[in-house]
Amino acid sequence: MELLSILFEIGVGQGLAGLGAGAAAIGAGIGVGRIGGSALEAMARQPEATSDLRSNMIVAAALVEGVALFGIIICLLVALG
Amino acid sequence: MNRFIRSVGVLIVAIGLAGGLPLAAQDHGDHLDASSEHTAVQGSEESHEHEGHEHEGHEHEGHEHEGHEHEGHEHEGHEHEGHEHEGHEHEGHEHEGHEHEGHEHEEFVAGTFIIHHIADAHDIHLFGDVHIPLPVILFLEGHGLQLFMSSAFDGHGHGDKHLSREGIEYTLHAEDGVLEDGRVVSGQITASEAGAAIGLYDLSITKSVFGMLVILALMVWMFLGIAGSYRKNPGKAPKGIANAMEPLIMFIRDEIAKPSIGDKADRFMPFLLTVFFFIFFCNLLGLVPFLGAFNITGTIGVTVVLATLVFLLTNLNGNKHYWGHIFWPPGVPLPVKIILVPIEVFGILMKPAVLMIRLTANISAGHIIILAFTSLIFIFGDGGQAVGAGSGMGIFSTAFMIFMYFLELLVAFLQAFVFTLLAAIYFGDATHDPAHH
Repeated sequence: MELLSILFEIGVGQGLAGLGAGAAAIGAGIGVGRIGGSALEAMARQPEATSDLRSNMIVAAALVEGVALFGIIICLLVALG
Repeated sequence: MNRFIRSVGVLIVAIGLAGGLPLAAQDHGDHLDASSEHTAVQGSEESHEHEGHEHEGHEHEGHEHEGHEHEGHEHEGHEHEGHEHEGHEHEGHEHEGHEHEGHEHEEFVAGTFIIHHIADAHDIHLFGDVHIPLPVILFLEGHGLQLFMSSAFDGHGHGDKHLSREGIEYTLHAEDGVLEDGRVVSGQITASEAGAAIGLYDLSITKSVFGMLVILALMVWMFLGIAGSYRKNPGKAPKGIANAMEPLIMFIRDEIAKPSIGDKADRFMPFLLTVFFFIFFCNLLGLVPFLGAFNITGTIGVTVVLATLVFLLTNLNGNKHYWGHIFWPPGVPLPVKIILVPIEVFGILMKPAVLMIRLTANISAGHIIILAFTSLIFIFGDGGQAVGAGSGMGIFSTAFMIFMYFLELLVAFLQAFVFTLLAAIYFGDATHDPAHH
């Protein structure tokens, strides 16, 4: 019961901020997962291209992560500010 | 090789200085126009607050007492209750919620605790009550430059701190500091004379500026030494620190600069090396335990400068081909061009902006996660009421914190690498000449 009352008192805005953080994490998870999966597949097919693939994989993952972090930052601003 | 490394030193100085100023002056610009709204009434209230805070400061040490401090604020004076409530609404709803339930014990506000530890500060907090004071440099309107050490401020703990000096009252606000007029002054210094506020620019050597100066000195020493050793023994295998750094320097040149930029890679090597090592060392400094938890690259003021340099270098080196692709993309039908050109123009600004946010967010997020694990101990411990739960959580948290520290070591390198790589790719885009292929 106490937990419920705390949940209600947190406020809708902060609750939605939490949901937003979750959504950002889901998006980043799908993105980075697909990048990693495809890169591994490509490396398995062509092991001689591993180093090229690895640096491209990191760039792509960083780009996806950047977008996810936009989401996280906005959620933090809502939750803390 | 040593041509690159020598120019590294010059660039570090430039970045260090450029990075330090906006950081120190950040959010302080609005102090200049603040003076007229502040009345004598507020001044007297401020001095009233002074006593209350000082008293509290001695009573409490440690983060878990923050909640109690808030309660203390409310006892101290009924006339500015409204102001206090503003502060609460701003920083922590959890705290308010608990208050309504009438808990007697001290509340721990995780949000304020975390912000306090990732924000820039006027001293370096080592552990417990051990602080290294840093110089405070203020430019006061009508009073000129004021110089004193941050240890001159009265009071310990986390409340507002005060100082009377040459007839001027200084206040170093706590992280949840909000003025009467609703202006947020978290972690900032305000000054007043006989009740009237004085506008000021804060050019202090803060924690982040100090950290950058340390990194700057380290890099100048390290890379001038390395360049010297290559000059002394040309053609011989490198020794000592040059040997340790050569793989990284070669990595930047052969894996980042050459594939992304091509023939013109050498032109950008000094900048890429400087940026890589500056970010890498700043990230690593932030991960040293019990050393003030520097959050240099997690401070937006620093990354803004780094991103601005990338922006300037990209666009100043942009060739006809680069600008052509932005303002008149070839091989695209006209209706699409109308949509594409604004997007491309926006992209010029967006690319460095994303670089900036990625670095800040990654480094800050790492610190926030580690601090969140620390907070969990106090939340589960329930302000000393549930020692068992707190200790159990402590074991769990410590294990995860150690794991996070190792992950952060990887992130420290990865973010420096990604920043350098993306900067190199942007430079490559700007200088790429299709006629040569």
